[in-house]
Amino acid sequence: MAPAPLAAWTDGRIIEKDHPTAHTVRLRMHVDDRPFHLPGQHYLIRLRAPDGYTAQRSYSVASDSDDPLLEFLVERQPDGEVSEFLADVAEVGDVLELRGPIGRWFVWDGRTPALCLVGGTGVVPAVAMARTARRLGRTDLLRIAAVGRAPDELAYAPELQRYGADLAWTRADVDGRAPGAFTADELAPLVEGVGIAYACGSARFASYAEELLLACGLDASSIRVERFGPTGD
Amino acid sequence: MPVTRGFQRRRPEPERGRLPPGQYDTGSSWPVLTAEATPQQPAEAWQLTVDGLVDSPHTWSWSEIRAFPGSTYVGDIHCVTTWSKFDMTFSGVSVDDLLEVASPTDEAAYVLAHSVTGYTTNLPLADVTGGKAWVVWEVDGKPLPRQHGGPLRLLVPHLYFWKSAKWVSRLKLMAEDRAGFWEQNGYHDRGDPWLEQRYQGD
Repeated sequence: MAPAPLAAWTDGRIIEKDHPTAHTVRLRMHVDDRPFHLPGQHYLIRLRAPDGYTAQRSYSVASDSDDPLLEFLVERQPDGEVSEFLADVAEVGDVLELRGPIGRWFVWDGRTPALCLVGGTGVVPAVAMARTARRLGRTDLLRIAAVGRAPDELAYAPELQRYGADLAWTRADVDGRAPGAFTADELAPLVEGVGIAYACGSARFASYAEELLLACGLDASSIRVERFGPTGD
Repeated sequence: MPVTRGFQRRRPEPERGRLPPGQYDTGSSWPVLTAEATPQQPAEAWQLTVDGLVDSPHTWSWSEIRAFPGSTYVGDIHCVTTWSKFDMTFSGVSVDDLLEVASPTDEAAYVLAHSVTGYTTNLPLADVTGGKAWVVWEVDGKPLPRQHGGPLRLLVPHLYFWKSAKWVSRLKLMAEDRAGFWEQNGYHDRGDPWLEQRYQGD
């Protein structure tokens, strides 16, 4: 079967914009005749300067396909040509070029028992999966373990909490739990019965997540990884 | 296509002809992108196999592979996620040298590169012959780090970097093209950055 061609570039209008945390911006956009997407897929956002220069980056979708708008969460990168523009310059009503949805690997089918182990802005695909699980009435199939620095620094923390996600804080002492990412003891019960584990976060987080999932007895072939950002070395 | 209100070029215009369309110079940073868990198999246990449509299928051990006359690529690399990185130095063995031993048959026209993780990527044979492709274990004079595909990585720098399979363990020669991992997942079969062949249908 020949893979289907990817949809062409289209326009999206910013309908809502807010800043869930100091370093992130959330954009909710309208796209005419938007195709169905699976939770975990991403879109390209392209900016175009008057001289024809363009810059494009990919961003995970936070919204469920049934949401009337397409939602992105963007972390402001130091000197980030696109992320700083989206955070500081873009306004409600502006039109940006979009292309997607992209990616058929880091996606949840809504049927397989799964665990998301995600950190920082890596929570975004997990949020999309959680929203889809709620729509399908199958939240029993999807567990989420999310790591942030502190409750006010993790986008979607209240929503994840309401979903029933396990949350770990690396820089905050919450409810008597000492600061730190999940330990194998904490994660092991969540791994039980899981067919796929999704690890998403920075390169450093993804390495930690892979090791932890393997340590909890998960087979490497059932771990799907999405990393972003520089290596830090 | 509409101009984005308020957006202007912030980076200096790159040297003419160096940056493929839609790419940016990532400077000193080298992003890591993978789809699967990083393999932990020690380098000493690594093997590389060339088989399929060849007269002499061959498997090299880690020490045998490094006994080939060294070959070095100095130049740029381009990732489909839009970063490019200039002036990289990779060292290893030319794929030509491996194929000289294995001796492809006349029917061989495509290669499927396999990683120990199960990752695969497909390439026309013509894209890995004639001094255009390497199997490398060093970057900038140091062992290639695991996260960048060490101990052994395919290097096909004239195509988008997902073609340069990390943790490569096998090159299988075939008569017909067969989509690899990202190619089945929506990415282009050839992936020429200068033609911006990012996705199926580009």
